Amino acid sequence: MAQPLEADGRRFDPEEVGRPGPAATPAGTSRTSLGRWWRRFARNPGALFGLAVFVAIVAMAVLAPVLAPYDPIAQGVGQPMEGPSSAHWAGTDSFGRDIWSRIIYGSRVALIVGIVAVLLAMVIGVTLGLISGYYGGWIDVVIMRVMDGLFAFPIIILAIAMMAVMGFGVRNVIIAVAVGFIAPFARVTRGDVLAVKEEPYIEAARLAGVGSLAIIFQHVLPNVMAPIIVQGALRVSGAIITEAGLSFLGLGPPPPTPAWGRMIAEGQTFIVMAPHISTFPGIALMLAIVALNLLGDGLRDTLDPRMRR
Amino acid sequence: MVRFVLSRIGQTLAVLFTVSVIIFALMRMIPGDPVLMRLGDDFTQEAYDRLRGELGFDRSIVTQYFIWLGQVLRGDLGDSYLNHERVSRLVLEAFVPTLVLVLASVIVGILIAVPSGIVAAMRKDSLWDWGSMGFAIFVYSMPSFWKGIILIWIFSVYLGWFPAMGYVPPWTNLSQGLWRLVLPAVTLGTFFSGLVARIIRSSLLEVLDQDYVKAARARGVRRAALVYKHALANALIPVVTVIGLQFGALLGGAVLTETVFAIPGMGRLSVNAILNRDYSVVQGTILVGVFAVVVVNLVVDLAYAFLNPRIRVA
Repeated sequence: MAQPLEADGRRFDPEEVGRPGPAATPAGTSRTSLGRWWRRFARNPGALFGLAVFVAIVAMAVLAPVLAPYDPIAQGVGQPMEGPSSAHWAGTDSFGRDIWSRIIYGSRVALIVGIVAVLLAMVIGVTLGLISGYYGGWIDVVIMRVMDGLFAFPIIILAIAMMAVMGFGVRNVIIAVAVGFIAPFARVTRGDVLAVKEEPYIEAARLAGVGSLAIIFQHVLPNVMAPIIVQGALRVSGAIITEAGLSFLGLGPPPPTPAWGRMIAEGQTFIVMAPHISTFPGIALMLAIVALNLLGDGLRDTLDPRMRR
Repeated sequence: MVRFVLSRIGQTLAVLFTVSVIIFALMRMIPGDPVLMRLGDDFTQEAYDRLRGELGFDRSIVTQYFIWLGQVLRGDLGDSYLNHERVSRLVLEAFVPTLVLVLASVIVGILIAVPSGIVAAMRKDSLWDWGSMGFAIFVYSMPSFWKGIILIWIFSVYLGWFPAMGYVPPWTNLSQGLWRLVLPAVTLGTFFSGLVARIIRSSLLEVLDQDYVKAARARGVRRAALVYKHALANALIPVVTVIGLQFGALLGGAVLTETVFAIPGMGRLSVNAILNRDYSVVQGTILVGVFAVVVVNLVVDLAYAFLNPRIRVA
């Protein structure tokens, strides 16, 4: 369910298992202009497909009031459990609500949780990783041991525990998912900081009397940003799956908020009479996940030279 | 080797300690007074103070943690607030079906992954390769709970081949037990097979590209013989690692898959406990789940070192 992760927090790549070293190509980071990056990115059809679908889902979420033919929580806009028709493209659910409109509005929950949770985890994890890697010593030991502990939790189980503590609602889902993703960001950042802080330009800045905070944010952070962005892009799909899993279990945003996971769960009861109730939100969820994974892989191949295949 | 084993065990204990602190902290963050929850509505101030003292809530938070840890280490996870059963018993009862599902899924996953990985590697860039790898990515991207519902729809409702839900322990009734396990295990196993098939494909390709393999080919050894006699054994070692890395994901997936198939496992126990605010049960399921993940990772690391002597030094 959760996206597979390797111990160092990078997304698990089956091609790499069993190889002698993690980095087949040496790190030769050269800054490329946006245009050159785009030409490389655009050579990958999967990544382009992912980008197109992602843009479509974002547009769907933003323009939901315009695009949705019906009010997503209005009951009885059609007969209950009607199959797909020209009036209701994806049919209606057991309350006679329009499933297509609910899928459109459901993209809002998925995207908000996916993006905000990952950003939150990124800010906290990267800060911890910067502190841990830059200062070292006991603070490094304490932070990284806590991260090891967090990392041992399967994401969905940690999220379930957090929901138990905090109660339901979109904001709490975001926090629960974010906590699960802090450790990978901290680990990736710390590893890169350890390498960057030995560079001569950091030493030079230190000797020139630049303060630690300025060094961390002006010199270290920009140089570890690329793998963090890649990590972020790859995590969004994991966050969306986790949100869908929570709402499938009934621990997500409370009804009648349209959330894809809950819609799938509601449809299971009627799988014999009306299989479309589960099928369409599931297709939306799967499309979003496939698109984000392809997009993330494309970003990884073009932004992070060490992880290029 | 002894040093490697000892250092891995030490790391595992450190992680378990951190995990216990995190879970203890989480449980103390729950709103509401745990003393009041135990007393119910009708109580006196003395009763309140006495229970508070008995539970150790008047001591420092560090002392409270060690009291709690001592109880957990003795296997005392408290009583369920709902039906006053021992939490340790409830959790272990629920853990068995979950573990059965995870094991069955690993078996199904390997049964699917090995042939499709071999076919893909032997006919690289053919329709077979594209087909089996496309299938791998497809089943891997389907959320397990949705995949389960689709499988129920096709194989239970439409074709009527398998029961839609329920669980029978395989040791009480083997045929019934396994029969009911097929759809859940396929649901979770295909997720796992997607990963494993890609690993087998890439490690086979790597071995087939070695000079000694090319030389053997030049001498006329059949490609299939090479794959089965030499390459496959090496390609299977990384699968052990994946089981370790993915055990957490499999356990998480099992929690969701169980819910679809109404299997009385950890997923159902923890979700019901949350909905009923039965926090000692929530705590018990999480403790046991994470403990299992950490221990499996330790075992897999040790097994891998045993299978592959090159990493023992690390």
